[in-house]
Amino acid sequence: MTLLQEPAALKKTPLYDRHVALGGKIVNFGGWALPVYYESLLTEHRWTREHCGLFDVSHLGEILVEGPGAFQFLQYRLTNDLRKLEEGKIIYSLLLDERGRTLDDILIYGSRPGSYYLIVNASNIARDMEALKKYAPEDARLVDLSDQMACIAVQGPKAETVLEKLFGFTLQALPYYHWKEERFQGETVWVSRSGYTGEDGFEIFSKNELAPAIWDRLNTDGRAEGVKPAGLGARNTLRLEAGNVLYGNELDETTTPLEAGLKFAVSFEKGGFVGRDLLMVQNERGPARLLVGFKVLDKAIAREHYPIYGGGHKIGSVTSGSFGPTANANIGMGYVERKFAVPGTTIEIEIHGRRIPAEVVKRPFVTKNHKKGL
Amino acid sequence: MEPSKLRYTATHEWVSLEGSKARIGITDHAQKEISDIVFVELPQEGKVVKQKDSAMVIESVKAAFDIYSPVSGKIVKVNSTLKEKPETINRAPFGEGWLFEVECSDPKEIGSLMTEDQYNAVKHEAH
Repeated sequence: MTLLQEPAALKKTPLYDRHVALGGKIVNFGGWALPVYYESLLTEHRWTREHCGLFDVSHLGEILVEGPGAFQFLQYRLTNDLRKLEEGKIIYSLLLDERGRTLDDILIYGSRPGSYYLIVNASNIARDMEALKKYAPEDARLVDLSDQMACIAVQGPKAETVLEKLFGFTLQALPYYHWKEERFQGETVWVSRSGYTGEDGFEIFSKNELAPAIWDRLNTDGRAEGVKPAGLGARNTLRLEAGNVLYGNELDETTTPLEAGLKFAVSFEKGGFVGRDLLMVQNERGPARLLVGFKVLDKAIAREHYPIYGGGHKIGSVTSGSFGPTANANIGMGYVERKFAVPGTTIEIEIHGRRIPAEVVKRPFVTKNHKKGL
Repeated sequence: MEPSKLRYTATHEWVSLEGSKARIGITDHAQKEISDIVFVELPQEGKVVKQKDSAMVIESVKAAFDIYSPVSGKIVKVNSTLKEKPETINRAPFGEGWLFEVECSDPKEIGSLMTEDQYNAVKHEAH
């Protein structure tokens, strides 16, 4: 067999030495040296669902947009309506090209008036900066903070108790998709109730220098409270079960938000935005293809790029696929022609030369356990 | 199986030879690298394979991995217990977690395989 390789010259997060010391299996994740698992992906996945998983997501990019023109600029550059975004709130949005195709999916953290933090995918930071600058007015300043900031995700049913107990944070009243400033070792950190796993959880953003101390407290005192480190492998199976899209899999510069089922993050009502015209056309006609979730009806795992068949011809391809440890089924997502995108429809996926039946199902594949807010 | 008595490929398969019958599995190093195995697609008994052909697929939670036959010949037996318990490969890669057996058509091919020491010397290189 051909094993996965570890190219040299990868970027390292401030927690790299911790991952190595913990015996993490380090892989190249979009140019970053990050652990795919420490001991076992399955164990880390299940542990996060039942207790509390500790993830290094410092590779994420952070871009500050501020100034008197910041609101108007982002309102035009991104798809969601920033009028929904009061201070302390987070909204999901897409960054599109002029043809309505997806350059990135982004979380916007609303700060004081005229100040926004964009949390972007690691592999897209440079291109996002270019795509933003292209439209930025003089009275909106863009600052790429990615190299200075770390992010630690604490995910699972015990996350709130763990963070309140270990750090003295006050999080009980913080709703899902909201964030607040907290203090750690005399410095400001941002804590948001957010994450990708389908569980309640938090993400702690700090400057790089603070991250090792935050990690160490979680990984030492936290152990007695149910904390265990988990790698990117578990993060991926957790997000897949939660039905969450991932840039580079479900989203790329060929897909539109309407095809990906992300219309909730597109505000046609707010006025003009980059990519709107072609999206409007697609919205009126209905997209030719749609993203669906599926369950494989046989013991076989559908992987990225495998072709999907329906009615005797190729109707699309798989964007993500894995064994779902909590769903206890072989699950995945992929684009199919619209008429096949109905739950209950049987499709076929070509897996190692054989066409295996699969059923289109509603996402998520597991019950989400987000803290209700608002 | 005693790892020291086996022969190895650079692609992390092991071979144990009895007469002209070769039993094939993956190494302990390989099972650790690919992590939790959740599914195997075993070859058909009776299928004829050439040395270095992809003979079957092992799926871990992480990815799918092709298993290359270290020898040419006919596949005479597969380890069907792996269908229900694929994790046996993680638990006992040199024992109960064996994959399939080949009736070798060219026993001289064994000479091209590595000893345990040779394999240990190269197993961390990318293959």
